[in-house]
Amino acid sequence: MSANRDFLRQMPSLGMELRSAPALSMRMHFDPLLLLPILVVLAAGGFVLYSASGQNIDYVIRQGVRVGIALVVMITLAQFDPRQYRGWSPWIYLVGLVLVIGVLFYGADIKGAQRWLTLPGGTRFQPSELMKLALPMMLAWYLGEQRLPPRFRHVLVCLVLIALPAGIIARQPDLGTALLIAVSGLLVLWLAGLQWRFIFGFATLAAAAAPLLWYNMHEYQQQRVLTLLDLGADPLGAGWNINQSMIAIGSGGMEGKGWLQGTQSQLDFLPESHTDFIIAVLAEEWGLMGVLALLCAYLMIIARGIYIGMQAQDTYSRLLAGTITLTFFVYVFVNIGMVAGILPVVGVPLPLISYGGTSVVTLMAGFGMLMSIQTHRKLLA
Amino acid sequence: MREESLAIKDLHAEGRVYASRALLAFFLVVVGCGILVARMVWLQVLQHDVYVTESDRNRLHLQSVPPIRGLIHDRNGVLLADNRPIHSLTVIKERVPDIEHTLAQVQQLVPLEAAEIERFRERMTRARRPFESVPLRFKLREDEIARIAVNRHLLPGVQVEATLARYYPFGEAFAHSVGYVGRINESELKQLDQTDYAGTHHIGKIGVEKFYESRLHGTVGHQTVETDARGRVLRVIERTDPKPGQALQLSLDAGLQKAAIQALDGRRGAVVALDVNTGGVLALVSQPSYDPNPFVAGIDAKSYGLLRDSPDLPLFNRALRGRYPPGSTIKPFVALAGLDTGMVTRKSTVRDPGFFRLPNDTRKYRDWKKWGHGSEVDLDKAIVQSCDTYFYDLAFRLGIDRMHEYLSHFGFGQATGVDIVEEISGLLPSREWKRNAYRDGWYHGDTVNVGIGQGFMLVTPMRLATATAMLARRGAWVQPSLAMDAPAGPPRDRDMVLRNPGHWEPILQAMHSVVHSPAGTAHRISKDAQYEMAGKTGTAQVIGIAQDEEYDEAKVAERNRDHALFIAYAPYEEPEIAVAIIVENGGHGGATAAPIARVLFDAWLGSRGPIEQQALAQVILNVR
Repeated sequence: MSANRDFLRQMPSLGMELRSAPALSMRMHFDPLLLLPILVVLAAGGFVLYSASGQNIDYVIRQGVRVGIALVVMITLAQFDPRQYRGWSPWIYLVGLVLVIGVLFYGADIKGAQRWLTLPGGTRFQPSELMKLALPMMLAWYLGEQRLPPRFRHVLVCLVLIALPAGIIARQPDLGTALLIAVSGLLVLWLAGLQWRFIFGFATLAAAAAPLLWYNMHEYQQQRVLTLLDLGADPLGAGWNINQSMIAIGSGGMEGKGWLQGTQSQLDFLPESHTDFIIAVLAEEWGLMGVLALLCAYLMIIARGIYIGMQAQDTYSRLLAGTITLTFFVYVFVNIGMVAGILPVVGVPLPLISYGGTSVVTLMAGFGMLMSIQTHRKLLA
Repeated sequence: MREESLAIKDLHAEGRVYASRALLAFFLVVVGCGILVARMVWLQVLQHDVYVTESDRNRLHLQSVPPIRGLIHDRNGVLLADNRPIHSLTVIKERVPDIEHTLAQVQQLVPLEAAEIERFRERMTRARRPFESVPLRFKLREDEIARIAVNRHLLPGVQVEATLARYYPFGEAFAHSVGYVGRINESELKQLDQTDYAGTHHIGKIGVEKFYESRLHGTVGHQTVETDARGRVLRVIERTDPKPGQALQLSLDAGLQKAAIQALDGRRGAVVALDVNTGGVLALVSQPSYDPNPFVAGIDAKSYGLLRDSPDLPLFNRALRGRYPPGSTIKPFVALAGLDTGMVTRKSTVRDPGFFRLPNDTRKYRDWKKWGHGSEVDLDKAIVQSCDTYFYDLAFRLGIDRMHEYLSHFGFGQATGVDIVEEISGLLPSREWKRNAYRDGWYHGDTVNVGIGQGFMLVTPMRLATATAMLARRGAWVQPSLAMDAPAGPPRDRDMVLRNPGHWEPILQAMHSVVHSPAGTAHRISKDAQYEMAGKTGTAQVIGIAQDEEYDEAKVAERNRDHALFIAYAPYEEPEIAVAIIVENGGHGGATAAPIARVLFDAWLGSRGPIEQQALAQVILNVR
C-alpha cells in the first residue's frame, strides 16, 4: 500500500487540491456542477408533467414528493466513501439477484408482467431497478481486482454475471429492462478496456444470436419491433402510440405550440403522455428549442459524470462513475429515440422527467454515488 | 496474492485506458445526441407541415349537418308530407365497453324486439364513419325516453337522439302519389353524392318523394368541430348552415282525393282526375293502398310480407302501372278516326243483329246486347249505347294501321311522363309489334277486337285520363304533372290536328248524350247535376268468353268479373276536369264506375269558387 501512496503523491493535480482548503461542497459531499443541471431538468420536468397530466396539480405534487425522497437518497449515498461501496458490491449484487428471482414467484402481476415486489406496508418496488446499480457495482468490483485490460476468462465471468440477472428479468417478462441492464454491464467491460478483438468477436456472435432472440420473444415484443419497421401499416393498432407521438413532436415545430397548448397532449391523442411519452409533450409545446435545451442539460450532466470518472483515483470508482453516466445517456437515447420513432417501443421512462418514483430514485442514487466518488478523493491522500 | 496482483496492476496505464475509452464514449454520446437532434429537426422542421396537418386532422372533424327536407303540400296548402321530431335510441360503438351487456340493460328499460336487435347488429357491421351513431330503436315513447334518461349512467355510448322524420298525415291516401322516403340502402349509397348525403339517412323511395328528391333534399351544411381522442366534441369551430330542401306544392287536391277514395268505397280500382287546362293531376287514387309511415323508419318483415302477399295488391300502383283493356272507353277515339278518315259519316249506319262477322268467316263477334241495337245504328247511337257491332265494322274498315296512327296521337301505348318514376306505358298494338312479340302476322280478328278496346290493347288509368282531357281540349296536347310548377309545358307539335276540325263535335256530343240522354249508358249520373258533362262507359272482359257462350255475371267468380271503366270530363262547354275511373271486377262501367265521376265532379265544380278556396287555405294556415 505504501508504494501505491507514493506513486499517487507524485501526481501534480492531486498536490494542488491537497494544498487548498476543501470547499464547503466537498465537505457536504455534493457536487454543484452535477447538481445544477439535474435540478434544472427536474424543475422543467415539473412544468411538462403539469401539462402532460391534463393540468392535474396532484400529479406534480406526488412527483415532487418522490423527487424530494430521491434527493435525500442522493445526498445520503454521497456521504459514504466509494471504498465502502466497493466492499458492499458483491453482497448488493447477491441480494438483488435473490429479489429478482423472488419477483418471479411472489411478484405482483401488473399488465401481464411480474416486475413488482410488494413490501410490508403496501409499497411496491421493482428489484430490477436495484439491479441497474448492483450489476455495474459488481462488475466494477470484480474487474477492479483484476489486471486490466481483462483477460478472456475474466470477460467470461463478467458475461455470466451479466447474463444471470438479465436473463431472469427477461423472464418477468421485461425485455427492455433486461437489455438495459445487460448494456450497463457491457459498458463496464468497455470502460475497463475490453480489447477490440473481443468486442468484434462478441458483436459477430450477437448478430448470429439475433434470430434466436427473436424466436424467444413474446408476441407483443415482436410486434413492437415490427411496428418500428412499418409504422403506417396499422395506425390505430400497435402503431398508434408512435404515430401519435411523432405527430405531437412534428406539429410542435421550431418554437412549439406553447405550454398547455399542445392539442395532441391536451386532447388525449398522445398515450402515456405523462410517463414514457412525455418528451412528445415537451416537443409539442416547447418545440425544437425545448428539446435542444433539455439535451444540453443532459449533456452537461453526462460531461460532468465522465469528468468525475476520469478524476477518480481507483479502478472501481472510475468504472462505476463512467457506467452510471453512460447508462444515464442510454436511457435518454432509448427513450427519445423510441418516442421519435427510430427505436422500438420499450418501457423506458425519460430520465428525471417522466412521472414515476422508481426511476428517479434509482437515477438519483446513481448520482449520489457519483458525488461520493467526486467528493471523497482527498481522503485518499 | 492480493499484494502480488496489485503489484502487477499498472494503475497509471489503467487510468489512461479508461480516459481514452471514456472520451470515446463521450464522443459517441455526442454523436447519439446528434442523431436525436437530426431526427427532431426532421420531424419538427422539415416535416413540420405534414404533422401540423395530421395533428389538425386528429382533432378537427368536418361534420355534415343534414338539411331539412322540403315539405309537400297539396294545391291548397294542405300538408301531405311533414317533418316531425322523433326520438330514437342510438348507440355509439366506440363508447360501449361491452355491447352484449349494454343490449341486455337496454332490454330491461325499453322492450326490444328480436327483429330490431338483429337489424341493429346488421347496421353495426356495415361500413360506418368512426363515432357515428347506429340506431337501435326508432320512435321512443315519452316514458321510454324518461327511463333511458334516468339510467343514463349505466349505459355509456347509448343516447336518445332527436331527429326529424318524415310523416304522412293522410296515411294511405297519398301513398301512390306522394310516395315515401326510407332509409338509404347500400346500392343507393353507391350512387349518391357522398358529400351531399353525408348526414342524411333518408331518401325518396317512390312517388313524388323520389322524382323530386334533389329539390326536396336541399344542400348539406358542414361544421368543423374539435374533438378529443374519445371523439367527444369540445367546440364548434366553424359552421356552414345547410340549405333546407324546397317545399313542393302539388296540383293534388286533398279534398278531391278523399272524395274519390270514399266513392271507391273499398273496391279495388284506380281514379285519375286531371285539370284539363294545365294537365295538373287533381286526384290520383289506387285502392287498396297502404300506410307509408312504417316505411320511413323501416317496416318490419312481417308487416311488409302481409302487404306484399295480399291478393288485393295494396303496394301495386294501379293508376300508373295497372294495364287494363280500355273496353268501350276507346270507342270515341276510334269513332274520331273513322270520321276523319271518311270511313263513316255522322249519318252512315250499320245494321246490328247482335254480332259481327268478317267476310268469308263464320266466327261471330258478339255485341254486348244479345239481340243487337237495331237495323240502323249511326255514330251517335253507337257511342251513346256503346254498340259493339258498329265498332267491329268500323275497326275492320279502318284497319289496324290507321287505328294505330290515330290512337297514337292521343298517346296510347306511351307513358304520359307524369312526374312519378314508376309509371309504365300501356300497349297500343300494331303489325310490327305483333311480329316482334308473337312472331306472327296481324289478323282481321285482332283489328276487330281493338275496335272495342279488347284484345291486345292495354291502357293505364293515367293515360286514359290524359287522352280524355285531350278529347275535352279538342286535340290540344295534355301533359299531366303532379308538381304545380312542373317543368316544360305541353309540346305544341304534339297537338292532334284533324283534317276537319268539325269532326270533334259529333264525338263530344255523343259523349254528352252518354250521360244526359235517357238512352245513354251512364244517364243515371246526370240526375240533378248543376252542370253538364261528357263521358263514356266501358266494361272490359277479364276472361275470354268462348264462342256461343253467354256471359253470366252471377256465375263468374268475383275475380273474373268484368272491370268497370268510365271516362268523363266536365263542364261540357268549358271543360275543367277530366277523369278516368277503373273499378276492378266492378261489372258494368255505367253502374259502378260512372257514379264515382259524378262524386268527383260535384266535389270539384260544386265546392269551388275563388273565395271559398282562399278561405280554405286560410283555415289550413291557421290550423298549422
